[in-house]
Amino acid sequence: MEIKKISDYIWEIPATEKEGMRVPARIYATEKLLHEMDSGVFEQITNVACLPGIQKYAYCMPDGHQGYGFPIGGVAAFSKEDGVISPGGIGFDINCGMRLIRTDLTVSEVLPRIRELVDLLFKTVPAGVGSKGLMKLSVEELKQVMIRGVDWCIESGFGWERDRERIEENGRISGADPSKVSEKAISRGISQLGTLGSGNHYLEVQIATPENIFDKSMAKALGIFENQAVIMVHCGSRGFGHQVGSDYLRIFDTAMKKYGIVVRDRELACAPFNSPEGQDYFKAMKCAANMAFANRQVIVHRLREVFSEVFRREPEDMGMDIVYDVAHNIAKIETHEVDGVEKELVVHRKGSTRCFGPGRAELPEIYRKTGQPVIIGGSMETGSYLLVGTEKAMSETFGSTMHGSGRTMSRAAAKKKVTGSEIKKKMEEEGIIVKSTSMTGLAEEAGFAYKNISEVVDTMEMAGVSRKVVRLKPIGNIKG
Amino acid sequence: MPYRYLEDIATSDAAFEAEGRTLEELFRDAAVATSEVMVDTKSVEPRITREIELRDETVDGLFFDWLSELVYLKDAESLLFSIFDVNIRENGGYELRAKVSGENINQEKHGLRADVKAVTYHMFEVKKTGENWTARVILDI
Repeated sequence: MEIKKISDYIWEIPATEKEGMRVPARIYATEKLLHEMDSGVFEQITNVACLPGIQKYAYCMPDGHQGYGFPIGGVAAFSKEDGVISPGGIGFDINCGMRLIRTDLTVSEVLPRIRELVDLLFKTVPAGVGSKGLMKLSVEELKQVMIRGVDWCIESGFGWERDRERIEENGRISGADPSKVSEKAISRGISQLGTLGSGNHYLEVQIATPENIFDKSMAKALGIFENQAVIMVHCGSRGFGHQVGSDYLRIFDTAMKKYGIVVRDRELACAPFNSPEGQDYFKAMKCAANMAFANRQVIVHRLREVFSEVFRREPEDMGMDIVYDVAHNIAKIETHEVDGVEKELVVHRKGSTRCFGPGRAELPEIYRKTGQPVIIGGSMETGSYLLVGTEKAMSETFGSTMHGSGRTMSRAAAKKKVTGSEIKKKMEEEGIIVKSTSMTGLAEEAGFAYKNISEVVDTMEMAGVSRKVVRLKPIGNIKG
Repeated sequence: MPYRYLEDIATSDAAFEAEGRTLEELFRDAAVATSEVMVDTKSVEPRITREIELRDETVDGLFFDWLSELVYLKDAESLLFSIFDVNIRENGGYELRAKVSGENINQEKHGLRADVKAVTYHMFEVKKTGENWTARVILDI
């Protein structure tokens, strides 16, 4: 496959590479990361470049690796008028995302209590295969969650008024329609609000050590200070969103014939955005996205309670505000410039984070000047990052950057190299207390199964798309 | 070879190939392979039985729905299964009647593994090769 070097951090596969490519594919990576990418990435991103109505480029971020349909780390924007929407470009875990919560607590206050914190968090935030939340909603309540997301949570006592503006889309995407969601999705998700799930999902207590703060004034603007303890949550819409994705994949698989769309991978099943199927999926996807915002909100409410119990102080008194909440598996209508003209686009991000630069109307007043906070989750061993978006992101990547470090080794291979108890012991030696419902799950998430997160984050920094603010080091981790 | 996991084609997910002399064997073994991603099925006792009835025009559509149904029951009814008794009839399309036995998820008792989110269509294949039926599946983790 011909890969042209555009700059030290951008690589391009021309549209002549594969029959049916409508635009070139662009991969953000250092030369080293590019060479380490599996061949599936190149195959998959050029398949995406074939989809009807795609604009400018099919992008893959530096954390890219082969997924199903789209590569993980994929970004594609389609014309709202004559483009498509594809559940495979969003992922089954609709609005899987990251949330960062700050505290006024320092490492010296939190470290002596970390085992107690991890134990109580593990009891309070259900995790693991098929886990149920601590409350069961009625169908009507779940429909309210679908329509109103975090608004429902705040009105029900699971959060603060000011939480809202610190969440992408204010935690509520308008236009969600529960009538487009199956009964199966409802019965699958009705008991799961406030649960973490499994795989790479986690809840982590982290610290901001002085040497890891790259931009002090920006850190201050985002509420971060030296030796501070923060909490990061990574999870999505649980079985509810997974079922919405599965239901519509089946519907689109059939509908494609009707619309005469042929795709190179069945998982790229799509429908015209303006078709009945496309609109129904978009309305159902919004239900799942709102459920995911609400899921992370209930988890934050629970962890505020846990911190309050352990430190015997009110969460407000400990400054436990949300820094920000980002979605990294979603499609959204956004306005971007294409060939000098502002156009409304259906932007798909699958394992990619929105990273809008300063001044964008979508950003809340508190972050209008800084640019959007971007939360990048690393492996449980290696740490995570808080970044901000830039103006260059707007002109180059439809305001998108990576979502994590990206796997390099399969789950099956990781399990052969190490056991869960070995990882647990090693992490404790490194000062990270971990608690999981699954020891094999721990082995699958070993740090060596992932790319070097700093290399990935530095790529987008050097490319000018997102800017580093702070690297966060884990000290306690809850996993499913 | 009832089933084997594939290491190289799904970095963050779980992939497997299954093979059976009959469609029933294929469906049963793929159900075990899917369940084994989520739990050590040896730790799951057959205490609760559910009957599953599905119909589809195509064999691969039926196979997709069958595995999806097991993923659905894991969340909707908190059930994991270890025994799968499958009957399939060709009748214009394909009809499945199955009895699946297992128990409610118990974190203390069961050797839990990874939560399967969905069955994907990526590299999805069900076909008859010579005398045997084979399938390839990637599960989203």
